[in-house]
Amino acid sequence: MSEQIVNNNTDRTPCMSGTGVTKIFGAGANKTVAVDHVDFAFYPGELISIVGESGSGKTTLIKMLLGLTSVTDGDIFFMGNKRDIRTRKQKKEYWKGIQAIFQDPFSAYNIFNKIDTVLLDCINMRGGRKLPKEEKLRMITEACEFVNLKYAELTNKYPFELSGGQMQRLMIARIFLLRPKILLADEPTSMIDACSRATILDMLMKLREEEGMTIVFITHDLGLAYYVSDKLLIMEKGKIVEQGAADQVILNPQHRYTKQLLADVPKLTETWHLDDEAGPATFIRANPNA
Amino acid sequence: MKTTLRQVLRSPRFMIGFCTFFLLLVIIFSYPIFNPGDPLEMIGLGTFFKPGTYVSLYDSVDAPRIYTLKLADSAANRIAAKLLPQDRVDMKDWLVLYGIDEETIDIEDTRALLELWWRNYDPDLRIDGMIRARHNAYVRLDRKLNGLFNSEDLTILRPNPETGEIEELLVVKDSDYVNLQDVVNVRVLPLGTDNFGRDVLRQLVSATATSLLMGLIAGTIATFIGLLLGLISGYVGGWVDDFLMFFINLFTVIPGFILLILISYSIGQEERSATTVAIVIGLTAWVWTARSVRSQVISLRNRDHVNLSKLSGHSLPRIILTDILPYIASYVVMAFILQISTAILAEASLSMLGLGPKTTEIFTLGLMMNWAMKYTAHLNGAWWAYYPVILTIALISFSLNLMNTGLDQVFNPQLRS
Repeated sequence: MSEQIVNNNTDRTPCMSGTGVTKIFGAGANKTVAVDHVDFAFYPGELISIVGESGSGKTTLIKMLLGLTSVTDGDIFFMGNKRDIRTRKQKKEYWKGIQAIFQDPFSAYNIFNKIDTVLLDCINMRGGRKLPKEEKLRMITEACEFVNLKYAELTNKYPFELSGGQMQRLMIARIFLLRPKILLADEPTSMIDACSRATILDMLMKLREEEGMTIVFITHDLGLAYYVSDKLLIMEKGKIVEQGAADQVILNPQHRYTKQLLADVPKLTETWHLDDEAGPATFIRANPNA
Repeated sequence: MKTTLRQVLRSPRFMIGFCTFFLLLVIIFSYPIFNPGDPLEMIGLGTFFKPGTYVSLYDSVDAPRIYTLKLADSAANRIAAKLLPQDRVDMKDWLVLYGIDEETIDIEDTRALLELWWRNYDPDLRIDGMIRARHNAYVRLDRKLNGLFNSEDLTILRPNPETGEIEELLVVKDSDYVNLQDVVNVRVLPLGTDNFGRDVLRQLVSATATSLLMGLIAGTIATFIGLLLGLISGYVGGWVDDFLMFFINLFTVIPGFILLILISYSIGQEERSATTVAIVIGLTAWVWTARSVRSQVISLRNRDHVNLSKLSGHSLPRIILTDILPYIASYVVMAFILQISTAILAEASLSMLGLGPKTTEIFTLGLMMNWAMKYTAHLNGAWWAYYPVILTIALISFSLNLMNTGLDQVFNPQLRS
C-alpha cells in the first residue's frame, strides 16, 4: 500500500517540501552545521519517518519546519508556496496548518496552566473564541474521548498530575482539536512505557486515517519506523543520506549508514550463546544470509 | 503551590528572618502610637545626654506630697555620690606617697578609703619632694571631706510675687522623698539624646521606617528595571540582546557606588529628598538582577512548554507573562529581597558620606550615623548615638538575607535537604 502512495505522488503537489535547507549554529571556529543542505518533499496523507542517531539534526530540522528556529539557508515550501512567516499574524496562520508533539511530555506543559486552559487555547486558536460554552465543552469532551481520556477526571487538574502516557495522549487531544494539515511528532513514544507506546501509535494512525493528516514521525528506532511509515528519511550528521518508500529503503538499502542501522536493529531470530568455558557470554547473530 | 508555601513556612531560616523583620515592622508602626511626637524636635539643650529617666527638678519641689523614708544605706550612697572620682584618685596618690601599699587601697570602697585617710592624714606632715601648691591642695581636700557628712536641711526660697520679699518655700530634709508619679514632668529617654538634643529612640524608629521605605522604593525600581531588561534581552535575543548586553555590561564595569556618589552629588543637597535618593539608588542597582534574569530566561526560552505556547498562537507578552515569568518568579522575589537589603546599606553608606537626603526634613539610619560621626560621638563616649543605629542596620540586613537564603533553600532543588 505504501509503495502505491509514494508512486502516485508524482503528479500531486507536496504539502511541504524543502530545498537546500541548512542550519548553522555559531560562526567561525565554533561553527556547527546541524542540518546540511537537505532536500525533501512530504505529500498529503503520508506518514514519513525521519530516522537517525542522536545529534543527526532531526530535531533541528523539525524546529525549522515548525518555524521555531530560523533557517540559515535554503527554502521551505508549504502547500506549494514559499513559506513566509515573518510577522506574528503569518506565524499564527502557519501554525494552524502545522503542529507538533514533543518528545518529553513532562516538560512540554506549562506547570502553572490547568489542562482546561491547554485545550481551550486550541479551540481559541481555531477561531472558536466566541463559541458558546456548551459547544466548547462538547469539543473538549470529544477530543478527550478520542484519546481515551475522561474530561471529567481531567478538569481542574494540572498536566503534571497525570502519567507520562496520559500527558502524551492529552497532547494528541490537542492535535485533534487543532486539526493541522501536518503533524510533526518528535519521538513521541521514547519517554513512555511500551504499553502506552502502542496506544499512542494507534492514535496517530487514527488521526491520519480520519483527518487525512500528514505525519512526520521522528524516531531512532528503524524497526518502528518501518512498521508505521510509508516513506523513510535516513539522516546522518545533518545530511539526508537516503530517502524513499519504506520497503525500498529497508529491503534494498543503498547507503552504508542505512545498512549499518539495519544491522543494529535487534532481531527476533537472534539468540544468545553462553560459552561455558570462556566465561563471558558472546553474542552470535544468526544471520540467515551468512 | 500549597506544598511550596508549607515548605517556606517550615524553613527555620526564613521564619527567623521573617519574625525579626516582622518585629521591626511592629515596632515601627506601634512606637509612634505610644510615644507620639516629631522626631526632629530638639528637647535637650546640649549634646549627647545619656540614656535614662529625666525628672524635672522644678516640679519635684512642687510634688503634692513629700514622704519620709528611712532607708538604711541612703546616707552612705549620698556620701559616695558626693565623693568625686578625681578626689578619690588624689587621696590614693597621697596615701601611696605616705607609704601605704598601693594594693590595699580600693578607691571604689568609699568607707574604707575615708577611714584610711583620716587615720593617716596629717595636714602638718610634709612629704619629701611635694611642692607647696600640691600640699595646700591636699589641705583643701581634707577640709572638703569633712563637709561630706554635712546633713543639714536644704531650704528652698522663693520671692513673693506681690511684695518681692524672699520667703521660705520648703525645707528639704535628708530623708525626704517624692514619688516619681507625683512629679509632673518626667521624661524617659531610653537611648538619651543626640548632638542636637533630640530623642534618639524616637529618631531611630522614624529613621528605620524611612530607610525601609527607601529600600522598598529602590528595590522595586531596581528589580523592575532588571527584570524588564533581563526578560527582553533573554527572550527576544538577537541584536536586541546584543544591544542590551552592551548596555548592561557598560553598567557592570562602572562601580555602582561611585556612580551613586556622582549622581547624588550632582543633584545637590537641597533637591535631595528621601524619595530622590531612593530612586537614584534603584537606578544604579539593577545590573546584577538583569544579568541573572537574562541567563534564567535564556535557559527557559527553548523549553518545550514555551514552544508549545508559541504553537498555540500566544503573543509575545502573553508568553513572557505566563510561560517565562511564573518559572522565574521565586528567583525574582529572592532578588527583590536582596535588593531591599542592598538599597538600605547603600543609603546608609551614602548618608555617611553626607550625600544622603536633605538633613532638615527627615531621618534615615545613614543620616543618624552621619551626625554621630560629625559630632564625634565615638570620642565623647556617646555610644547610644550610633550603636543602636548600627544594630538596627545589621538586624534589617540580617533578617532580609536570612529570608532570602531560606527561600533559596526551598526553591533551589540543589540546596534542598
